[in-house]
Amino acid sequence: MRFEFTKYRKIYYAFSGILLLLSLGGIVFFGLVPGIEFAGGSALEVEYPEERPSPESIIEDLEEIGLREVSVRLLGEDGVLVRTESADEETYRKIMGVLEGATEREFESIGPAVGEELRNMSIIAIFVASILVVLYIAISFREEDGSVSSLRYGFIATGIAFFHDVLIVLGIFALLGYFYDVQVTIPITVALLTTLGYSINDTVVIFDRIRENLRKNKSGEDLKTIIDRSLNNTVGRSVGTSVTTLFVLFSLLFFGGSALYYFVLALILGVVLGTYSSIFLAGALVLDWNSLTKNKK
Amino acid sequence: MKIKNVTIILTVLLLALIYVVAFPSSFNRGVETVNKRVPFSVPMLEERDFMFGLDLQGGAYLLYEADLSDVPMGERTERMEGLRDLIERRIDLYGVGESMVQVRGERITVEIPGAHDLDEAIDIIGETPFLDFRETSPEMIERQQEKWEEIEDYLGKSMQEMTFEDLMGLQDSEIEDWEIVLENTYEITELTGRHLENARVVMHPTTREPTITLDFNREGAELFEEITGRNVGMPLATFLDGEMLQEATVQEKISGGEAQITGDFGMEEAYNIARDLRIGALPVPIELVSQQSIGPALGEESLEVSVQAGIFGFLLVSVFMVLIYRLPGLFSVLALGGYILIVLFLFKIIPVTLTLSGIAGLILSVGMAIDANILILSRMREEIRKGNNVKESIEKGYNNAWSSIRDGNFTTLMVAIILFFITTSFVRGFAVTLILGILASLFVAMIINRAFLAYCEESKLAKFKKLWA
Repeated sequence: MRFEFTKYRKIYYAFSGILLLLSLGGIVFFGLVPGIEFAGGSALEVEYPEERPSPESIIEDLEEIGLREVSVRLLGEDGVLVRTESADEETYRKIMGVLEGATEREFESIGPAVGEELRNMSIIAIFVASILVVLYIAISFREEDGSVSSLRYGFIATGIAFFHDVLIVLGIFALLGYFYDVQVTIPITVALLTTLGYSINDTVVIFDRIRENLRKNKSGEDLKTIIDRSLNNTVGRSVGTSVTTLFVLFSLLFFGGSALYYFVLALILGVVLGTYSSIFLAGALVLDWNSLTKNKK
Repeated sequence: MKIKNVTIILTVLLLALIYVVAFPSSFNRGVETVNKRVPFSVPMLEERDFMFGLDLQGGAYLLYEADLSDVPMGERTERMEGLRDLIERRIDLYGVGESMVQVRGERITVEIPGAHDLDEAIDIIGETPFLDFRETSPEMIERQQEKWEEIEDYLGKSMQEMTFEDLMGLQDSEIEDWEIVLENTYEITELTGRHLENARVVMHPTTREPTITLDFNREGAELFEEITGRNVGMPLATFLDGEMLQEATVQEKISGGEAQITGDFGMEEAYNIARDLRIGALPVPIELVSQQSIGPALGEESLEVSVQAGIFGFLLVSVFMVLIYRLPGLFSVLALGGYILIVLFLFKIIPVTLTLSGIAGLILSVGMAIDANILILSRMREEIRKGNNVKESIEKGYNNAWSSIRDGNFTTLMVAIILFFITTSFVRGFAVTLILGILASLFVAMIINRAFLAYCEESKLAKFKKLWA
């Protein structure tokens, strides 16, 4: 099989560009719905074994005892999820007092300061991880003959993982948040970090092959031919690995219970995007960045 | 014997050993049967359970913040440690399973598995610690003395000659309430932690033994004078939260509001007791900033379905690997079985507390393990298609795939390590299983799978190239 991957790169750029614009627009205009672990607040999940009151009447009852930012969502047959501002012990008892006939399933309350700290911590984690990955790739690829600088590999691998894959997943969650009230919780953050690692891993395998083919290149083939050959060499592995990972993830999505649903969904999106970007964008970007700097000289 | 055969035997033995240590029940049954027949006894292996996190078994999660603004910098760590010990003691009194109390800076996290009533848990932790002093009760001593006499008459020997067995024998005798002779004879006095101003450790000027000095306030000083006055030569005990902390004999009536406790304790213990006393008397104010109760039913359902989904996913992967990569694919599946065994073994031995996100991390690391195998197998297949023989292809496949496997796993490992250090306990579970999973997957792909392949490369199987590519 021979397929000139880089020949149609303008189509991939356009496709990814549109996705990126939509995602950025989604994030800017709709915003992300932060989970209570990031924003602070409380979430109470109860079930009504007997008759379940309407969401409106629950909100009314709760606002009567002075709670603000109350939102109520029905869960399954008899469950109700109540979200309010961060509640202390006394408020919690009051809430349970108001919800007559309900039994508690889960209660969670997180102070606003804790939430903010956690948010900052996650952002720091992502940045530190990205910088270290760029450095690692730059060092690991440094023995190169100089036709492609090793730092460039690092920037491209990390860059598309970060500004393409992770950003688009976030954009999809902005849409999900807007239409279905899906929150960005700690597990979602974990999934984003995993996407980062996974996508970089995928790209590194391809770059590794490009490096190897460059080293073997005695007959003076141009970079485009070499990149295309490397992509053809590695595409079987890329698809194989993604398909097997997706087997596990899809079985978790369909049979894995509601607790993991959005976490697994984020991972699936990340794996699909990571595979796509490493096959269709990474090599093409190496090519274009290289010709760009060459023209300047 | 050839080196290859030795490697494969060692690999199988290692996996068998890991299996036996991780899941010793069938081994122990075997040992039992053997022990019945031979004159010596073979020791059994300890059965360990997996440790499940709060989200899997349900329980309460509480996060407190201590107000340390009034505490001088140098004493803060000490204060927080005292607070942690105190909370641990309180939860132990409450009597639920193993709790976990951790201090991080000014925060204290409390995890109580099995506690489903948040209110009750919060009440127990939030109570002000209670320090009190107890003196011996004359009535109790009298009753004990009477009982001793009764027992001496019954057994026909004096108290000093009695053995523990003699006393246990009283169980079936007609002597009622004989157990009271073993109970302590303390009775609560009016003097409590409210009356304590400070507790510190000094060296006794003559004996050079560590001595705990208590400073009472005025009311405490008066009470202490009165209590010591009526208890000269008798023991006086300090209790914290109903548990005896220290027992010391009163040497003389003490006025001036200062008490000295010399007892059978070393320097470190003295410091700990002084710290407990200080905190018992002056607890650091704590505020509950976040709380979570997790229902076990939800957790159980999630665990079961997650495990089923994992098994189902593994089966799909196995079918895929065998269809695409044929014989080497089958070896990969076997090696993956070994991989899962190794990871479960590590979880039990370290032990790793399993949470839902931890299990997700595990399943993800299975994906990474498969990736390493696929990288090697597709490189191998390339070599075979070039016309190389099986042996060379295996060699080259491994060599060519190594740099990709190394770089890919190393970058993921770095992300996992950063997650471990920067984030909270929930994410940490994910990071830990991912780190262990990556290390185990490297071991399996590079050592175990290679042993399988090396075993076959010179056998008859190697002649059928169709099996390989």
